[in-house]
Amino acid sequence: MLRPSEGLEIDGFKLGECLHQGGFATIWDVTHPLYRTPMVMKVPTILDGYDGPTIVGFEVEQMIMPRLTGPHVPRVMGVGDFSVMPFIVTERIPGKSLLQLFKTAPLPISDVIEIAARMAEAIHALHKQHVVHLDLKPDNFLRRETGEIVAIDFGLSRHDELPDLLSEEFTIPMGTFPYISPEQYLRQRDDLRSDLFALGAMIYELATGKMPFGQPERLKGVRKRLWRDPVPPRALVPEIPEWLQEIILRALEVDPNNRYQSASQMLFDLSHPKQVKITARGLKTQRDGFWTVFRRWRKMRKVRRFAAPPTMLSQIDRAPILMVAVDLSAEMEELAHRLLTWVQRMLVIQPDARVACVNVIKTARIGLDPITTDDGENIHVSRLVTLRAWAEKLELPEERLTYTILEHSDPGRALLDYAANNHVDHILMGARGHSSTRRYLGSVSSQVVAEAPCSATVIRLAQTASEADAAAS
Amino acid sequence: MRLAILTDIHGNREAFSAVLADVERRAVDRIVLLGDIVGYGPDPEWCADKAAALVKAGAIAVRGNHDNAVGDSSETMGKVAAAAMDWTRPRMNEAQRTFLAGLPLTQELGDILFVHASANDPGDWIYVTSAQRAMGSFRVCTSRLIFCGHVHVPALISYGLTGQVQEHEFRIGAAVPLIRSRRWIAVVGSVGQPRDRSPEAAYAILDTGTNELTFRRVAYDVSTTAAKIRAAGLPDALAIRLVKGE
Repeated sequence: MLRPSEGLEIDGFKLGECLHQGGFATIWDVTHPLYRTPMVMKVPTILDGYDGPTIVGFEVEQMIMPRLTGPHVPRVMGVGDFSVMPFIVTERIPGKSLLQLFKTAPLPISDVIEIAARMAEAIHALHKQHVVHLDLKPDNFLRRETGEIVAIDFGLSRHDELPDLLSEEFTIPMGTFPYISPEQYLRQRDDLRSDLFALGAMIYELATGKMPFGQPERLKGVRKRLWRDPVPPRALVPEIPEWLQEIILRALEVDPNNRYQSASQMLFDLSHPKQVKITARGLKTQRDGFWTVFRRWRKMRKVRRFAAPPTMLSQIDRAPILMVAVDLSAEMEELAHRLLTWVQRMLVIQPDARVACVNVIKTARIGLDPITTDDGENIHVSRLVTLRAWAEKLELPEERLTYTILEHSDPGRALLDYAANNHVDHILMGARGHSSTRRYLGSVSSQVVAEAPCSATVIRLAQTASEADAAAS
Repeated sequence: MRLAILTDIHGNREAFSAVLADVERRAVDRIVLLGDIVGYGPDPEWCADKAAALVKAGAIAVRGNHDNAVGDSSETMGKVAAAAMDWTRPRMNEAQRTFLAGLPLTQELGDILFVHASANDPGDWIYVTSAQRAMGSFRVCTSRLIFCGHVHVPALISYGLTGQVQEHEFRIGAAVPLIRSRRWIAVVGSVGQPRDRSPEAAYAILDTGTNELTFRRVAYDVSTTAAKIRAAGLPDALAIRLVKGE
């Protein structure tokens, strides 16, 4: 087996300087006559003799990384075999890892929210591609110049559709101690929500400058997080808003079932702070008392695993964001009612769904609106009240409902943008009946159906015979 | 190159046709038959002729224990299998008998080995049912990929750089990269008599370009085959087994 060195040429890649020398791998600057993209090569450091974990970790990366696409992962340019020299060449992401940034924590709250949302977005992108990362930490995030966060180092990851080379092989929990989730400590490697726990730990650190569970050196120290709660972030930094503490502590719940069920739902809360429902978690000012922790210890010390999640993909499907575009005008009352019935039906089959109710105020295309600012405010408020009244009948807990009033000259565009920005999984909306004008000018619903970045369902009232005649004439 | 790997057809014309139709739609370059073309099923003549035609057109084929039993009555078999073989044997014409008897026990294609049962002692028809049982096959050859059948339950086993043998879970229809740092045994499920609680015909596609293996399942008209088995007077258990996939 070859060892990497400056000037070495392999499969057309020429090694430049060594950029990083880590415990398990070295990173090299490489060039290739056919590629103009700046690239790096990662070569695992295989010790002589038995070095199972490093080899298998690298095999896992070789399996998973070439399958990932999009701005949140580095593009793979080449893979080398163990018979000559194992390596992975990827595009080089300029800039440093988030580690530098984490060293400057606590950060201003607005920065914390921005970075947290970007990380959640990257994690959601991985999960959508069937991958749970399982080793998220500041060193494993890079930032593109365009702002997107890129996840790297998939040596401990799990792909839902591929054999898990790591599961049967090693019996110790794998991960980075400050960020590892309780279920990973229990050697469960199949839960997307493990990444959300790590994300919660990182947001905690960004906001407070401290790690929620310190830096345990032994597994015994890691195990404590099964019963010992972290110091509430607001006790360390009082400027942290209650809603942010709510998000952080929810992500850090010991039982995955009590956390956010998907990265997109967590991202949704980070982007809609006003609508985060504050519970005891957000209001907590100190760690739980001795007896509470003691009782939890008695319960948790016997736990061997948490309720097994369904398959990863069904986990994503089960916790979707359902966007409901409601037309609140008086003549559409019956349709709005019908829409409500359909949302209720969908909630039966998708009990973890979160519902985002949206209504659009159509504004004039050019120039200022004829209505004054005050009137505008009034319209906005009254719409919100009507929207809430409509959604109340869903009888959903408040934290699973949000209300948004959009203002746009092009309602279809406004709905589509909202769906894309919020990673909506399914749009439900009503369509007005047929009319010849609509046929020529196009309707909002047909525009949404045609361009939606996700599934879209249109609810329509059954036509009466006379209406059908009128439409046909 | 894309290879479609079929095994344990067992005289099931409906399943064989359905799989071949599926193969047709998937840009396959070459077909591989891992043996047991006849036995159990009601259409051994059609299946043997079809297999012979495929081989003539370039398919790779190896001999299974049932194929062997057509010409070799000393082959030991279970009660039901033996009864079905007694029914099958007189139906085979000279050309079909010659074709089946002439099939080799193993075939190689580059770094791939094809065999009906275990690669160690292929004529002894050992079932590769676990990582432990797969060890023998890895030991006797240097092939990177070994494909076998005989078990009627699909499985994927790897042999790593540090000597560990592991059985892997896989999902039907998902392409698994057979990474080059390991050697692999794929036990392909049965076309004509699946036994993993799914009645759908099983086969696999190997893409040597991307080095990925996909296990596939194809629905076929099970009830017709089951009815033929009963009409032919073959053991009823064979019909029930097809419907239940066990």
